[in-house]
Amino acid sequence: MADVNRGNRPLSPHLQVYRPQLNSVTSILTRITGNALLIGSLMIVWWFLAAATSEEYFAVANGFVTSWFGDLVMFGSVWALWYHTLAGVRHLIWDNAKMLDLDSAEKLGWAVVIGSVVLTILTVIAI
Amino acid sequence: MAFLTDRKRAMGWGSAKAGTEHFWSMKKSSVALLILIPFFVFTFGAALGGTYEEILAYYSRPFPAIVAALTIVVGFKHFNDGFQTLVEDYVHGTMEKVLILLMTCVSYGAAGVGLFAIARLAL
Repeated sequence: MADVNRGNRPLSPHLQVYRPQLNSVTSILTRITGNALLIGSLMIVWWFLAAATSEEYFAVANGFVTSWFGDLVMFGSVWALWYHTLAGVRHLIWDNAKMLDLDSAEKLGWAVVIGSVVLTILTVIAI
Repeated sequence: MAFLTDRKRAMGWGSAKAGTEHFWSMKKSSVALLILIPFFVFTFGAALGGTYEEILAYYSRPFPAIVAALTIVVGFKHFNDGFQTLVEDYVHGTMEKVLILLMTCVSYGAAGVGLFAIARLAL
């Protein structure tokens, strides 16, 4: 018989009682980076629209995107993008019930953190 | 009550609403982006910082334009699906539906604008 005790079950302890660990921190960062990428994405769409509109409008959008503030957003977005990509790969691995034990999960966590920094540096050098 | 099976009781609740469809959609778009993102980063990154004429010439080439168009469409679909999960986890009731609807408008709106712009640049 399915559970009939709806809405009156004890709650398990949540975030506030756990010490932050690599797994929980890398997990929440995946969500934060994914959603924060909206800012950079909208900037890029605006840049494309301006380029398709006129030279004057392009000068405005391109000036903003390549300003120090735009550079900061783009640099942050590059890191967020690589972080989210590597964390996504980790989920694709986990989806196959592989590397779910603590040791492997810990290794994957460090691979995501270190890998994202390395890829960001490589991207900045290459571009 | 005795005539209801467990399956019948679960239908329409929780993940039984749409089964694994959302999960599968996320998985498809994530694999697609795994291919598209490196191409986009290095084509867009190469173009950014160029003059107006250089950008027009660069994005009238098929490869950078197609990569940018695909990345924008798949990226915003993936973003919208992910944002929906974020809202479903933390917000409930009417505000939950309002936020999902609003961000769906933003996502598809931005994808539409991006596609239009790239088509105009490329053609």
